[in-house]
Amino acid sequence: DRFLWTSGLLEINETLVIQQRGVRIYDGEEKIKFDAGTLLLSTHRLIWRDQKNHECCMAIPLSQIVFIEEQAAGIGKSAKIVVHLHPAPPNKEPGPFQSSKNSYIKLSFKEHGQIEFYRRLSEEMTQRRWENMPVSQSLQTNRGPQPGRIRAVGIVGIERKLEEKRKETDKNISEAFEDLSKLMVKAKEMVELSKSIANKIKDKQGDITEDETIRFKSYLLSMGIANPVTRETYGSGTQYHMQLAKQLAGMLQAPLEERGGIMSLTEVYCLVNRARGMELLSPEDLVNACKMLEALKLPLRLRVFDSGVMVIELQSHKEEEMVASALETVSEKGSLTSEEFAKLVGMSVLLAKERLLLAEKMGHLCRDDSVEGLRFYPNLFMTQ
Amino acid sequence: MAMSFEWPWQYRFPPFFTLQPNVDTRQKQLAAWCSLVLSFCRLHKQSSMTVMEAQESPLFNNVKLQRKLPVESIQVVLEELRKKGNLEWLDKNKSSFLIMWRRPEEWGKLIYQWVSRSGQNNSVFTLYELTNGDDTENEEGSRFVGVS
Repeated sequence: DRFLWTSGLLEINETLVIQQRGVRIYDGEEKIKFDAGTLLLSTHRLIWRDQKNHECCMAIPLSQIVFIEEQAAGIGKSAKIVVHLHPAPPNKEPGPFQSSKNSYIKLSFKEHGQIEFYRRLSEEMTQRRWENMPVSQSLQTNRGPQPGRIRAVGIVGIERKLEEKRKETDKNISEAFEDLSKLMVKAKEMVELSKSIANKIKDKQGDITEDETIRFKSYLLSMGIANPVTRETYGSGTQYHMQLAKQLAGMLQAPLEERGGIMSLTEVYCLVNRARGMELLSPEDLVNACKMLEALKLPLRLRVFDSGVMVIELQSHKEEEMVASALETVSEKGSLTSEEFAKLVGMSVLLAKERLLLAEKMGHLCRDDSVEGLRFYPNLFMTQ
Repeated sequence: MAMSFEWPWQYRFPPFFTLQPNVDTRQKQLAAWCSLVLSFCRLHKQSSMTVMEAQESPLFNNVKLQRKLPVESIQVVLEELRKKGNLEWLDKNKSSFLIMWRRPEEWGKLIYQWVSRSGQNNSVFTLYELTNGDDTENEEGSRFVGVS
């Protein structure tokens, strides 16, 4: 019954400190009808606004609070703050209840946020800023003697001002991010919409002309949505990826030759983006462009090994032939691990492993897997 | 117990103790394992074993090479032997098994041949006679020695 109805608007000199959604109010231990609301803490008051009905808004002046304590969350119960209150003054403005038998209320944080809220509330209680900044509207003031404005001056005053500035900034930042989260929600809706249109196109293949379909697909792709239909046709079929593929072919010729005709896709990604400097490529774009290399009859091709490792190799590069030389190397040394082999030949360990695995697949090598590691031997099972 | 047992070359080849992923290689490997198990058991006159014993036995555990065949791969080898008719599980949990380095049919054939040759068809005689009789003290008979 200490609450009074309010419009929820902040007064001049009153600033918002923190707000939290999903708060329920208990009168003492009893649940009352105010079960889902936003709790706002200002420098002067504690305001609760119903989430469903924004008209329903009530507040309690911070001066009414005697002390507060935390109640930790339990199983099935949310964390709570217990607020002990002074008795209601007789000239109080109307509120939701005429009288209550309890001198305390509980605030239940169903969507968490209790720790931060408690901290801020304690701060406000310690600082008692409402005493320094009387608001224009007649609010309930403390029955006790006014402490006066002594605290506004001196170091304490300066500290207070700094604290307030920090809080303002904090508030601004969280407000800014609020917009961002709203934007994310909107973006999600747009993605859903595009997906549904894409599906409609897929179903109605006959009705829409080939040209339009391709155009629409390219719009989707530019927005970053890869249409599953186009993955089957070579690469993504857009102009951008085709051009990119041609560019890559030119760019990668020399590096590939330096590295023995084969490079892992991650190496390519790093190389290409380092060279570009600006307008970097995304991994998807790179992969899609590379998928088109062979189809466009360019001198490079994308190859995917059984293990999933992707490499770019020169058309002239014959990995199978390299296997024969790998076998020779292994035979010379008796047995080799991928690392040893990589070092000997001057390759990256990843590609060395792929070559040894290919040799094993072709039956030239066999493996010895133990705690000492994975070693490859010439396949004596077949030769002896 | 370990007489002059000659280990095959594979026993000293570390990859022998890793189940090979390449199908063709694996076939050769398993064939080698099967014949090794059979000749080992024959020489050591072991007709039954538990899987636990097998794991620690020098058969699957080459201490000098520091390699042992992991238990899952041992199971694969045992299954191969079972398919070939050389192995029978003695319990439902597949924890102990019977090793027949000569399959029952092969024994049957041999006994019949021996009986025919020694002209003892249509007469009854005991297993003791079969394994220890004077007639058996020849090359063919020595094959019967050690049969449990």
